[in-house]
Amino acid sequence: MHPLIQDLISRGPVITDGACGTELQARGLGMGEFPDTWNLAHPERVGEVAQAYVAAGSQIILTNTFGSNRIRLGEQAAADRLAEINTRGVEIALKAAAGRACVFGSIGPTGKLLLNGDITEDELRAAFAEQARALAQAQAQAIVLETMSDLEEAKLAVSAARETGLPVIASMVFDSGKDKDRTMMGNTPEQVARALTEAGADVIGANCGQGIAGFVAICQRLRAATDRPVWIKPNAGLPSMVDGRAKYTTTPDEFASHLPALLKAGANFIGGCCGTRPDFIAAIRRSLRGN
Amino acid sequence: MADLKKLYDSVVSGDAKTTQAITRQALAEGVDPLKLVNEHMVPAMDEVGRRFEANEYFVPELLISARAMKAALELIRPLLTARGDKPVGRVAIGTVKGDLHDIGKNLVASLLEGGGFEVIDLGVNVSPEKFIETVNAKQANIIAMSALLTTTMPSMKTTIDALKQAGVREKVKVLIGGAPITQKYAEEIGADGYSENAVGAVALAKKAVASA
Repeated sequence: MHPLIQDLISRGPVITDGACGTELQARGLGMGEFPDTWNLAHPERVGEVAQAYVAAGSQIILTNTFGSNRIRLGEQAAADRLAEINTRGVEIALKAAAGRACVFGSIGPTGKLLLNGDITEDELRAAFAEQARALAQAQAQAIVLETMSDLEEAKLAVSAARETGLPVIASMVFDSGKDKDRTMMGNTPEQVARALTEAGADVIGANCGQGIAGFVAICQRLRAATDRPVWIKPNAGLPSMVDGRAKYTTTPDEFASHLPALLKAGANFIGGCCGTRPDFIAAIRRSLRGN
Repeated sequence: MADLKKLYDSVVSGDAKTTQAITRQALAEGVDPLKLVNEHMVPAMDEVGRRFEANEYFVPELLISARAMKAALELIRPLLTARGDKPVGRVAIGTVKGDLHDIGKNLVASLLEGGGFEVIDLGVNVSPEKFIETVNAKQANIIAMSALLTTTMPSMKTTIDALKQAGVREKVKVLIGGAPITQKYAEEIGADGYSENAVGAVALAKKAVASA
């Protein structure tokens, strides 16, 4: 196991952070506006979000670089600023953490399907390697490949990210099938855990997709199929639209009430995805202290 | 004689090469192209849909079956067009303005083609004006909109409002889908239908043209 990961989990469950995009919207990010370019346009507001998570108790915060791979930046006509956006993303988070939290570099999917011929394996690998390198050079402490829905893409991402020598967390979305326990491409938690372990991921996880209650069984199944630590970041339930804005109905305390079950199921890293906010992280911290 | 049972099987298993070969042979033998579609390929796609609902098939299987169907339709469609048969319906599809996530949209487009629809794929980040132009210029009778993000789904309402403004709302059925979309939202913004997955989208589109 990578020493950083070993060190983090040796003292019990590790609290990660919550959603970033929704927090930026609360600070003026427009509907449909690309969050990552705010690393350049509004670094102080991105920093505020990161600081709020550190203050709430996050031991790990993620950089605002989820969509900053060549493919997605290209769609925003910002591919030429790839290094800059990723570098600034890490710098903003490091400054906000001020030594009190680790900074992990976030990498999301490309949004293109291998199977549909949208993109080739080589293009995918190159895109992930490029972004991981930029994050590593800026001193991110680990690479988090998150919200992956295609296992083949995730495996390529793991192998590309490993070239940095940093620990690699690979986290997938389970939101398909009638029990919402499959990835979009139909893979089970067991298949995902085995394949990503084999690909060399240091930590394996699930994020986004559904509310926290559904994550207990998924966590258990990941846990049973790998010897790697497990990373869990659920949504705050499913959103409903109120006045043109997404409203998530799960409260911080409801969210945290599922924590004991998740820990029992073997989760090592806990945080939130869409709709979760700093007060969710604070609720997790209170719940952990109570244990 | 072309083995038409095998045509059904090859669509279900997603074997594009066999699907096309049997179709070619059947057409050469004078089998009615519409019969091939309606009696063998559409039931095959229905079976694919059933397997998807039953968790036996997932996105990869859907895609390869739709691809097999499409390979056969490439041979069949020109024949139908030549004798004046119209497609089941003409769909203008795209992700809404501000949204660049097209996996779901591409999947629905493939399955609609597999279901016998003519699909005009407008790509991503499609403005209301572009949808309106396609309804007017290409006589699309269905608009299918997709959004992955809660931040972009309001563009669906903007588009429907713009269709009304342009006076073309009554000419089309508007169908919507995407991760954050619900039936309730579809009703709120005045869409004609919502499906939570790509298989349901084809059934929905068929229902929409039947009621038009």
